[in-house]
Amino acid sequence: MSEIDPGAVATELASEVSEPDASPEIGRRRLRKEDTRLVTGQTQWTDNIQFPGMLHISVLRSPMAHAKLTRVNVAPALERPGVLAAYNARDLGADGIGLPCAWPVTADMKHPNHPPLAVDEVRYVGDAVAVVVARDRYAAADALEAIEVDYEPLPPVIDMESALGDETLVHADLGTNRCFTWPFAGGDYDAVVKDAEVVVKRRFLQQRLIPNAMEPRAVVVAPIGASEEYTVYSATQIPHILRLMLAMVTGIPEHKIRVVAPDVGGGFGSKLNVYAEEVLALLVAKKLGRPVKWTESRSEGYQATIHGRDQIQDIEVAATKDGTLLGLKVELMADMGAYLQLVTPGVPLLGAFMFNSIYKMQAYSFTCHGVFTTKTPTDAYRGAGRPEATFGVERIMDELAAELGVDPMELRRKNWITHEEFPYTTIAGLTYDSGNYEAATEKAMELFDYDGLRREQEKRRTDKDPVQLGIGISTYTEMCGLAPSRVLGQLSYGAGGWEAASIRMLPTGKVEVVTGTSPHGQGHVTAWSQIAADALGVPFEDVEVVHGDTRAAPQGMDTYGSRSLVVGGIAVHLACQKVIDKARRVAAHLLEAAEGDVEFSGGVFSVKGSPEASLPIQQVVLATFASHNFPEGMEPTLNSDYVLDPENFSFPHGTHLCAVEVDTETGWTKIRKYVAVDDVGNVVNPIIVEGQVHGGIAQGVAQALFEEARYDADGNLTTGSMVDYYVPSASDLPRYTTDRTETPATSNPLGVKGVGEAGTIASTPAVVNAVIDALRPFGVQDVPMPCSPENVWRSIQTAGGAS
Amino acid sequence: MIPPEFEYVRAGSVDEALGALSSGGEDAKLLAGGQSLIPLLRLRLAYPTTLVDVSDVADMRGVREDGDAIVVGAATTHAEVIGDPLVNAHAPLVVLATQTVADRQVRHRGTFGGSLAHADPAGDLPAVATALDASFVVAGAGGARRTVPASEFFLDYLQTALQPDEMLVEVRLPKLGDGWGFHYEKFHRVAQAWAIVGVAAAVRRSNGSIAEARVGLTNMGPRPVRASAVESALAGVAADEASVGAAAAHADEGTDPPADLGGQADYRRHLARVLTRRAVLAAAGT
Repeated sequence: MSEIDPGAVATELASEVSEPDASPEIGRRRLRKEDTRLVTGQTQWTDNIQFPGMLHISVLRSPMAHAKLTRVNVAPALERPGVLAAYNARDLGADGIGLPCAWPVTADMKHPNHPPLAVDEVRYVGDAVAVVVARDRYAAADALEAIEVDYEPLPPVIDMESALGDETLVHADLGTNRCFTWPFAGGDYDAVVKDAEVVVKRRFLQQRLIPNAMEPRAVVVAPIGASEEYTVYSATQIPHILRLMLAMVTGIPEHKIRVVAPDVGGGFGSKLNVYAEEVLALLVAKKLGRPVKWTESRSEGYQATIHGRDQIQDIEVAATKDGTLLGLKVELMADMGAYLQLVTPGVPLLGAFMFNSIYKMQAYSFTCHGVFTTKTPTDAYRGAGRPEATFGVERIMDELAAELGVDPMELRRKNWITHEEFPYTTIAGLTYDSGNYEAATEKAMELFDYDGLRREQEKRRTDKDPVQLGIGISTYTEMCGLAPSRVLGQLSYGAGGWEAASIRMLPTGKVEVVTGTSPHGQGHVTAWSQIAADALGVPFEDVEVVHGDTRAAPQGMDTYGSRSLVVGGIAVHLACQKVIDKARRVAAHLLEAAEGDVEFSGGVFSVKGSPEASLPIQQVVLATFASHNFPEGMEPTLNSDYVLDPENFSFPHGTHLCAVEVDTETGWTKIRKYVAVDDVGNVVNPIIVEGQVHGGIAQGVAQALFEEARYDADGNLTTGSMVDYYVPSASDLPRYTTDRTETPATSNPLGVKGVGEAGTIASTPAVVNAVIDALRPFGVQDVPMPCSPENVWRSIQTAGGAS
Repeated sequence: MIPPEFEYVRAGSVDEALGALSSGGEDAKLLAGGQSLIPLLRLRLAYPTTLVDVSDVADMRGVREDGDAIVVGAATTHAEVIGDPLVNAHAPLVVLATQTVADRQVRHRGTFGGSLAHADPAGDLPAVATALDASFVVAGAGGARRTVPASEFFLDYLQTALQPDEMLVEVRLPKLGDGWGFHYEKFHRVAQAWAIVGVAAAVRRSNGSIAEARVGLTNMGPRPVRASAVESALAGVAADEASVGAAAAHADEGTDPPADLGGQADYRRHLARVLTRRAVLAAAGT
């Protein structure tokens, strides 16, 4: 154990690099630069893009969950007005193309061929079967019904557990529905469980979710036939990865493809993919030599855009009678859906390192089975693997507390890593650099009035009040800042985890920050401006941020996994430091001083000991532009690049507390109070952080109480539109009390940790734990998510009513 | 997403609308606010050949007084109904229920008559009209008019007594007089969602007891249900939790609730009993 407070050390380290006293921008509540344009509609969404002669694509989709395709005759569609072309897979040459999965998690993983148009078999409702190309989108949609398709039904595969019996196969050629089995262990669980005085085992279900970005997916491809060049505009989170993948799957040379992510209206992981329609649009544009557009409708997106979560979690915890954790065993089944999309199999494994969360234990055992079913493929959805893990561990901690008859917060306190113990290497092998769970919890308990609410709960229990009060806790952590490339390599991921930034110093002293991150609602333009303004000592208004175009921002790994600030933002900061290093040399030359005597502060270079000898950075920039009087042998530019490979993940944490009132007559759950104290390290812009936390909590509450994608026995998506899939609106959600503690990360010079997924990861178990807590007197141990009124009511009926 | 092709006629009067309806043939449909029909068209669940738009028919908009009733034009929007002084004065139950319909945008376009004539049992207004003994003024070929009581208007799921060449022009709501209290209890998953179960209650109190009660149920069968057993059981009982609760235990009698994504039938029956108790107590001011 260390005597040194790692938090204080980190602050000191960070201050040496970024000089907080001279840092007026970082930490400021800046309104977002992007928003005036966005809220006044001066935007360029992919669907707004028009080219002369542009054609429109519509996609015929399978109405069957599983069937042989014996005939796809597109000829009648060609007779329809306005139709220029129609293709099945073979017509378009799509039968030889496989959509990419970049994460082969095991050497023996089953990787089914995934053509962008089904060739001989459809495997989920929504699987693409044919395309129509027409002069406008209405003609294209109308002509779909003329296409003649013969389906020979095959049995659907719906339930994961029975799918593993391999009686009916999703992919007959693979011989099994088991995509992979991925085991992982720290310590010897079987040994510790033998000595355990208490063992609690539960099965939790992570229901399937449908991501709902405000902007639907869309793609436009504009070809230049003569030079065989293609510009692909896509509502994507990953223009750089998309370009590479499009080149790899279509054979079009990478340097002939430019990908632009124009204004992108949210993604939550659903636009972190390479989709069939992106490939199809490229193939059609290539074939016809005309610009083409495809935009999904919302109900089409419900079938054809990836889904999230969908796991069966068998969790066992072993402890002593006094509540000391000994070990944790996790066995997962994860629904892949019918095919593997870009990172489908890796998503549950991102949770493998997080089930142990903030707790100390001697042993941990994890196994995940990936399973194919005849449903829409799953993939990353806000949090990706980590919400599932956090839910599992925070729910089982509450179950253990109930079993032991102790306060669930006391149980957590007893087992979490204390602030003196950082850096701490967990049983899963990750080294948490910093954290202070005590501080965040203390603040949250105070804001929440934990003791007061416990008293009210007791009273309602005694009074047999039909409205019971429940208190839910989630002391979460997460791994952010994906990711150190060597770790990704160990996990068999197909790429690195670095991020790139370039600083362009314009002659007038204005600055262009070029980033490889690809914002789609997060506010990078504002936050990166704040970082650059501080590092370069220029006004916030003088910075512009260039992103989302592989020609303008050629290098990047894009935006997902709460990585943008921790990897991309730090790359911006470090690229700025390189600018300053160069400018210092120029300033020394101009001031006729030794480089070592030139200091930089607040945007001004000055000579140690002679404060009158000084030059603002803008003058140094102009002098560099002219380069009439310049250091010998130095390149006449201050522009600088930095590609950062992070040394570690970052580990935001926090304590979320939720109080619910459950109407035991109807099953209705009302969130009475929600307190979130998050520790995301140092904060660049508090408004952006609060926005992320609010939206994140809403998304987690949505999983806890509202949303569920449901399939019937035939494999039809019965929650096929927003009428049946309950996305909560502001009027369905409570007020949140949010606050922060700030324990800086020690793994980067700004001490930041990332915040994009924190709220979603934390809130689901906080709410569900609260619902169960309200119902403990009824003997209820679980309510399947979403905790809808009917699910709550049935759980009470099944448990046998009030004790 | 894209509707099938159809002819569009904008009618300027009831007669014009009726004419277009009959010449449009069997698959002609009336369009008012379009809040139910347009989604069906977009999803290609309906294939009308002609749409007859009645939203401009002045005779079908607005509210007037007519003796012991108020008369609401079928094409009056929900928003207009909510703001109308006559409806507020004489049929506040309609206002309470209409305020729960979907969201502001829908209420701005959607119409009172459209919602009733669509006859979706999950819609809020059919149960209210049933509880209030509303009557439906229907115009037919040649301008003939007939009046259908609520109890005979709703026939089945999405089916009414309207013939293909008829249209609903206005709805008569009897003035209930003094001493009545009202409540609409809607149970749904999110603010904009359809009711899983809804209870429309009107209660007249006299000397602390319930003199008379009317209870209509939303989404407890293929058509709106009048909870007659509850009404009889309430007559003359004290307006307290126990007595009302005992009466409300009859709420699901004679109902045939659906089993769907919104809830299984047994849960709906249970909800009907609980929500009826709450709605009646609220309407009685207890």
